[in-house]
This record gives sequence, structure tokens and C-alpha cells, in this order.
Amino acid sequence: MQATSGRSLADMVKDALLVGAISTALAFPLVGFKTVDRTTQIDLEFRFGGMFYAVGVITLGRLLLSLIEAGFAQPILAVTGALSVLWLANQVLDVVQLDNEVLGWLTWMAVTVIAIRAWIYFRRAEADKAEAEGREYGALAKQAAALGGRALHFLGPVGVIFAILMPLMPFADQRMVDLGILVLTYVMLGWGLNVVVGLAGLLDLGYVAFYAVGAYSYALLSLQAGFNFWEALPVAGACAATFGILLGFPVLRLRGDYLAIVTLGFGEMIRLVLLNGPDFGLLRLGAKGIGDIPRPSFFGLVFSPSAPEGHTTFAQYFGLDFSPIHRVIYLYYIILLMALITNWFTLRIRKLPIGRAWEALREDEIACRALGVNPRNTKLTAFAIGAMFAGFAGSFFATRQGFISPESFNFLESAVILAIVVLGGMGSQIGVVLAAIVLIGGPEWFRDLALYRMLAFGGLMVAVMVWRPQGLLAHREPTIRLNKLRPPAVAPARVKVS
Amino acid sequence: MSVKPLLQVEHLTMRFGGLVAVDDVSFEAADRAITAVIGPNGAGKTTVFNCLTGFYKPTVGRLSLSPASGGEYLLERMDGYRTAQIARVARTFQNIRLFPRMSVLENLLVAQHNKLMRASGFTVFGLFGLPVYRHAEQKAIELARYWLDRINLTERADEDAGTLPYGDQRRLEIARAMCTEPHLLCLDEPAAGLNPRESDDLNQLLAFIRDHEKIGILLIEHDMSVVMRISDRIVVLDHGKKISDGPPEFIKNDPAVIRAYLGAEEDEAIPDEVKDAAAAANASEAR
Repeated sequence: MQATSGRSLADMVKDALLVGAISTALAFPLVGFKTVDRTTQIDLEFRFGGMFYAVGVITLGRLLLSLIEAGFAQPILAVTGALSVLWLANQVLDVVQLDNEVLGWLTWMAVTVIAIRAWIYFRRAEADKAEAEGREYGALAKQAAALGGRALHFLGPVGVIFAILMPLMPFADQRMVDLGILVLTYVMLGWGLNVVVGLAGLLDLGYVAFYAVGAYSYALLSLQAGFNFWEALPVAGACAATFGILLGFPVLRLRGDYLAIVTLGFGEMIRLVLLNGPDFGLLRLGAKGIGDIPRPSFFGLVFSPSAPEGHTTFAQYFGLDFSPIHRVIYLYYIILLMALITNWFTLRIRKLPIGRAWEALREDEIACRALGVNPRNTKLTAFAIGAMFAGFAGSFFATRQGFISPESFNFLESAVILAIVVLGGMGSQIGVVLAAIVLIGGPEWFRDLALYRMLAFGGLMVAVMVWRPQGLLAHREPTIRLNKLRPPAVAPARVKVS
Repeated sequence: MSVKPLLQVEHLTMRFGGLVAVDDVSFEAADRAITAVIGPNGAGKTTVFNCLTGFYKPTVGRLSLSPASGGEYLLERMDGYRTAQIARVARTFQNIRLFPRMSVLENLLVAQHNKLMRASGFTVFGLFGLPVYRHAEQKAIELARYWLDRINLTERADEDAGTLPYGDQRRLEIARAMCTEPHLLCLDEPAAGLNPRESDDLNQLLAFIRDHEKIGILLIEHDMSVVMRISDRIVVLDHGKKISDGPPEFIKNDPAVIRAYLGAEEDEAIPDEVKDAAAAANASEAR
């Protein structure tokens, strides 16, 4: 392994020291001080330890990056990779206790980044070598990808069966099922938003508004009009769809960034209206939220320790001992059913003229007009149907929580739902599920990291956007095939090139 | 007795602020014929097209379409998608506008959107897979297959349209326009960027459409070999005004046209474009 870039070691050291100097200048005011709250006043404290640590990591990292490019990718990959894995193993097994957990994680991130860079460089060098020798590089990887593509066909059904059986498994405690409900709620929201963003290509940053409309519709219908969950559900969906159309009209001519801004504003408007509470029955509670929202019952059987007048409890009827998990499991199956209906509907409508028109609109609106596709109606149906599913999910949210307040429907929710769709690969149904598990399940899993889990979350997003800018699963299967006999999944090489 | 021509453009004027892009242009396009609109850059050809296809609303003028099957449509009153949906004027674009990430077949099915929407009971019947929709979809696929056979793309029907070679994309765009079952097909520079072989394929396709479909074709073209060989009638625009109108033999000898392409009456400096055109026309006559 010879040095490929013509730089000497002295040059690299000089470069690293220069970077060190710059980072010292930056880190001195940013990391070198911290403010301490002493109740009467705020004091400045020096934190030079942390500063030197950061500068050291940056300088050393820079040197290592130079060395990687000088042809030492393999040994550096081995060392940093091993360190990174060791640290993770230590986190799991708790062999060595570190006194500063955060510093540890930050160092781990730096080491991992260097390991990844070394790996990328190593692979690129290998590919170049292979090309020089006339071998095809990555043939194995391509085959694996094709195989993976075929395996995806089974991922859907297997996932559904797992989701159905999950609450009955021995390991499923209440926390697990609760997490399942949370993930499924976001899966459903993701699938709903996928219609708007993934299929119709309308960037919607205010999707949570429809979620809120659904939740408040159910709360008001049940508390003020005495509707039960199943009666209120279609009404809530219709309300949300109406709001979808209301939003759709003014934004018909907008697209891209402009559309995103207007939808963002719309989302905030709904939240602020709920917060300031028009004098409209319970809504005037505003920021206090609405509580005591009725829980759903199972064909009239209630889930509570003792039955109210004229009702039977679920546990009594089936001769079981009362357990709070019954209701959780029941809620789990409701959201699973609702999510599966959303999925069925989306898959089905994709193959209908309206679904194809959505996708065509995403691809080229002008061409759509030239073909006689009505852009207004097509966009409005996309908004309405996407909003309807958010409305259903919102009703479910209200009945699950029993309490809703405007705080549940802030912009972050919209951003998370959009992140699920983008991360999953626009328009991909299974991708949305994977992304929801990663984005919703992940932060729950990493709850121990406290504040830093958001950092981890951001890092993950950056990583995905770097390696798979098109999303986790971005393969698009045509909605209809003319030549039925051709094997699926293995795309011709020509497609890869362009 | 007077039978109305398929398309009658009368006193079409289009102003953008102070700029007069098209100035009092009148011409006709017949059924089962290819009418070409030519002219130097900036002559207003594409503006005429945009007015015809509802993308612009003309400032002044009457654009009436009278298909043989009856009825009369006033195109200047229709905007956007209605021109395509109701009057059935289909068009292609100078820079190809396919749906690149949809398959070739899907491109052709989107073109039959309105028909399929009705058949799917505006999605309701389709959602439950009623036979009325399945039948309509089958027929739509047959129409798509018919045109795919014409442009030799049946084999690649399930590939993304964006991955096709340039010449195939051009012809696919025409096939997609034909799938809307138009009365009038407007082609905006269909031969732009094609090599001679692809250009020949295109000529054949256009001749096929003229001879077998009962529609009129209106095309803008720079490639004189295409224009002179296949047009039945040529309209020449310059600076927004019509300067000549007639069959190819007439046009290629019209001093006004030569002057427009030259800029002056120096006979020595005839540009290659016009020379090529004359040569191509002579060659096709010789054949």
C-alpha cells in the first residue's frame, strides 16, 4: 500500500495542527465557558478540559482523515471500527463505567465517522482497482440487492402476521403494546401523508392540523353529542377531509417550497385557533385541553374494573380477571385495523386512474393539463383523502389518550410524520413502516440517552440522507404491467446507470 | 357548398404587455392532413400553439375546431385541461414532457384518464373492482398496446419512461397524445434533436397517423427535411405575422420566405437550412 496522494507526513501534521488552531479559536468561546445558575446570579465557569478534549479529537481526526487518503484506509478502518464496536458492546454489557457518558458518546460518534470515511475510501479504491483490472466490482452486492428486492415481497405479509400476533406473544408487556400502538399510529399517519407527499408530490408541512381536527371532532362529538367512537369516526374523517379541501383551494397554484410554507402556516393556524379557544362549547378550554374523552367499548362491553350502570365489563363477560392490558390490546387492534385499511385503500387507489393521475401530477403538471387531467380536482382529492386518514388517526389518538390539548399538535409532529415518509422512500408503503419503527420506536428505545436522543435522531437522518437520498426503500413498482411474464425486481443495468 | 375546415384560426393576436408575439394571424388546418408552422426563432410559433392548446388565452381572435364527427369548439374560450378534455386537442412539447418515473404503459393510461375516471365511477367502482371498470381498463390497455406496437415499444412497456432513449421518448410522447383520441394533434418540434434514422421513424409515424386516423396534425418544425417531405401545407410566420401560406413547392420558392430566413435579398447568402430544405424537397420528388 503506497502513498497515493503526494503529501508527506510533515504536510499532514502541519495541516492537522492548523485545523487544531482554528478549532481552538472556535471552541474557546463556544465550549470553553459554561454558565452556572447560582439562583441569585449567573456565573461563568471555565471548561477548558472539555475544550482541549474537543480540539484534540478534531486534530487527531483530521490527521487520520489525511492518512486515510494517503492509503492507510485499511488499518485505520480496522482500529476505529473495532473501537466503535467495542464502545457499543460496552454500552450494552456495562463492563466499564464511564464517568462522563456524554463525552463518551460524542467520541464514539467521531470515531465512527472516521471509520465510515475509511470504509468509503477503501471501497472506492477497491472499485477503482477492479475497474483497472477489468473485473466487475460489486457483482455480488448487486445480486444481493436483487435478492433483497425479492425478499421485500414477503416482508409485507410477514410484517402483518407479526403485527397481528404481537400482543399475544409472551414478551409483549403493556409497555411493548403501548409502543406498538404509538408506532402504528405514526404508520397510519405516514401512509396517509404518503398519499399527499409521496404520490401527489404536494409537500405538506401542516399535516398535523388534520390530525388535530380529527381528535377534536371526536372529543366534541362524544362529549357534546354523545356519539360513541365508531359513530364519530366517519364524521371526524369527513371533517378532516373538509379541512383538507379548505386548505387545498388557496394552494392550488403553489408547489414546492411555497406550498410547504403555506401548509406550515395552516398547521399553526389550526393549533392557535384551538389554543385560543373560540367560544364553541368545550373548545373555549383552549390551552387546558379537553379531558375525560370516552374510551372505546368492545360491542358495548367496557374496559374498566367495575361496570357502570347498565353495562357489562369485558372481563366479566369473558370470565377473565380484570387487567388494564385488555384495553391496551383492544386499542392496539383498532389502530392495526385502521392502519391496514389505510394501506389497502392506498395500494388500491394507486392502481386506479385517480392514483395514476396523482403520480402524473407529481411528475409533470403541465403534461397533465395537456392530457386533459383536471389538476384542481386531482389535487383536492389528494388533500382530502390524506386529511381523512389523519382525521381517523386523530380520533383514535383522542380516544386512546382520553385527553387532548393543542400542545399535542405542534409543528414537531408534522415534521416527524414528514420525516417518516421521506425517510421511508416517497411513495413506498413498507418504507413508511420501517421509518416509523426507526423514528418512533428508536427514540423510545434510546430514552436512556435523555436529551441526546434527539442528537442521535438527527445523526441518523443525516446518515440516511447521505447514503440513501431517495429513502430507505425507494423502488417503485409499476401499477400495471403489460408483459406479465418478466421477472420482477431485477432491473436492467441500463436503469442503474441513468 | 362550404365544409368548414378542421381548424380555423382567425385574426389571432397575442400580446404580452407591450410585446406583440402574434399579430393578426389567420390560417386553416385540414382534416387528415399535416399542416406545418415554420419560421425563424422568435416568430411566434410556440405562442400560436399555446393559444390553441389552452395554455395562453389569446388577446384577440377566434379559434374554431370543427371535427368531422360534428360539433364546433371555440378554443379561445377554453383554458388549460379543458381544451384537451372537451375539444380533444392533444399536444406534445418542445422539451419532452413525459412522466419519467412512471412506466411507459402508465404514461399511456394517464392519457386516457377522463375515460377511465368515468368508467371507475370516479374511483368508487374501481375501488371495489367492479367488472365495468375492469372492462374499461382492459380496453384502455388495448389502445395503449396498439400505439406501443406502432412505435415499437411494446417490449419496453414496463420500463420507466425516463430511461428510454431520446428518440423513443419523442415517439412515446406522440403515442401518449394519440391515446387521448384527439381531433387535432399539435406537435411542437417533434424532430428536434433526432438523428436521421430517428427522424425517418418519426416521419413514418406521422404519415401513418395522417393516413389511418381521422385527425389533423399541426406541427412546428425547424428540420426542413421533415417539413418539406411530409407537410401538405405550410404556414410561415415571421415576427408574429404570417408571411406565406401554401403547399411546400410554393413555399420553398416564395421570395418572402427566403427573405425572412435571409434577412435581406442577397441571393448568394441563402442559409443552409433553406438550401437543405430545397434539396430535401427535390430529393423526395425524385423518389
